[in-house]
Amino acid sequence: MNNHDSPVTVDELHAYIDGELPSDRQGAVSDWLAAHPQDAELVAAWRSQAEAIRARYSAVADEPVPQRLQLERLLQNGRRSRWTWRVAAAAAAIVAFVAGGGAGWVARGASAVAPTSFDVFTADALEAYKLYVVEVRHPVEVGGDERAHMKQWLSKRVGYPLSVPELQSIGLKLVGGRLLPGPTGEAAAFYMYEGPSGERFTVYCARSHSPQTALRYRDGAHAAAFFWVEDNVAYVVSGPADRDRLRKVTKAVWEQIDGRKS
Amino acid sequence: MAGFRQSVEATIPALRRYARALTRDSDTADDLVQDTLVRALRSEHLFHGGDVRSWLYTILTNLNRNRLRSLARRPLLSPIEDNDAPDMAGPEAGGRDIERALATLVEDQRTALLLVVLEGLSYREVAEIQGVPIGTVMSRLARARVQIKAYLDGERPTLRRVK
Repeated sequence: MNNHDSPVTVDELHAYIDGELPSDRQGAVSDWLAAHPQDAELVAAWRSQAEAIRARYSAVADEPVPQRLQLERLLQNGRRSRWTWRVAAAAAAIVAFVAGGGAGWVARGASAVAPTSFDVFTADALEAYKLYVVEVRHPVEVGGDERAHMKQWLSKRVGYPLSVPELQSIGLKLVGGRLLPGPTGEAAAFYMYEGPSGERFTVYCARSHSPQTALRYRDGAHAAAFFWVEDNVAYVVSGPADRDRLRKVTKAVWEQIDGRKS
Repeated sequence: MAGFRQSVEATIPALRRYARALTRDSDTADDLVQDTLVRALRSEHLFHGGDVRSWLYTILTNLNRNRLRSLARRPLLSPIEDNDAPDMAGPEAGGRDIERALATLVEDQRTALLLVVLEGLSYREVAEIQGVPIGTVMSRLARARVQIKAYLDGERPTLRRVK
């Protein structure tokens, strides 16, 4: 008795329609089915089940992938920050443009079960940085030439007195500022500075529940941030991923917060 | 790294298809895909070679099992309306029929059947995804097919298609 003649098992009938049957049994199964109409009917029924399943669901794979499942979006957000979703939805094109920038740090941030304030603030600040830093015409709501007005307006909106650091000494000009929704639901202030070759840095301030933290650093492919909390205000200084340069900027900002300079 | 993400990205449409068939609800399905992708990206550093696609199917299958377990602790609101008026015409009717038939399967059987029939995976790949021997995959498949046939023969005899 060779391979062709041994009896066909039910497992082989399944393997036959699933393309799992060894080639030396193909002939045996076809012959078997020709001689056993009941088995042939079973196989036909299983095949039509498979066809019905494919007919019902195959088209799903041809649908455009919804934005929330696009990889660059997920790399930036995880599922944490609600407001970044809203901003991102309003600016899908920009989000696509900065794709990849946040890969490293979001992957790390997302692994925390409950994101720490460091994660949340830095993620929000970096989102804002990446969103507005590419904006040519409207990067800010109030221009840097209205520094006094901006300081007054933002302080009023965030509910505590803000200082707007002066970074001319390290070659950065104040572009201006804007108001953003902060991670705790309160408003956040956001300043933007620009260097001689067009590189931009941002400072993000929002109310924090923790009174004080040490300085922490986070970076990705295109953007990096320093974060700290002082007197219940969280600060995030973001910029291109050049740690030394960013440290210098951060130091200048830090020295000017709350009159430390004087 | 770039290759990994490209492979993940290329698999998203298939994951959505699989999830839709598993859950029979497009929002739930996309939630599942989203959780799968987030988890995969987060664990990128844990992935050392191998087949990205199989790995993603494994994550999604496990997440779905967890989802069903947590649902089982709550009163079940079945999305399958067995008592609604049968629509005897059009491909939609057949589609809803197979949908209902799939809903009657035990989870492991449904998973095995969909991975083989819809996603075109080999028995070996399905065995790895489900963490069982190939023989177990085959018996799940066989039981699923018997069950679906019984459902279609019994409940909706008029809708059987003759080719």
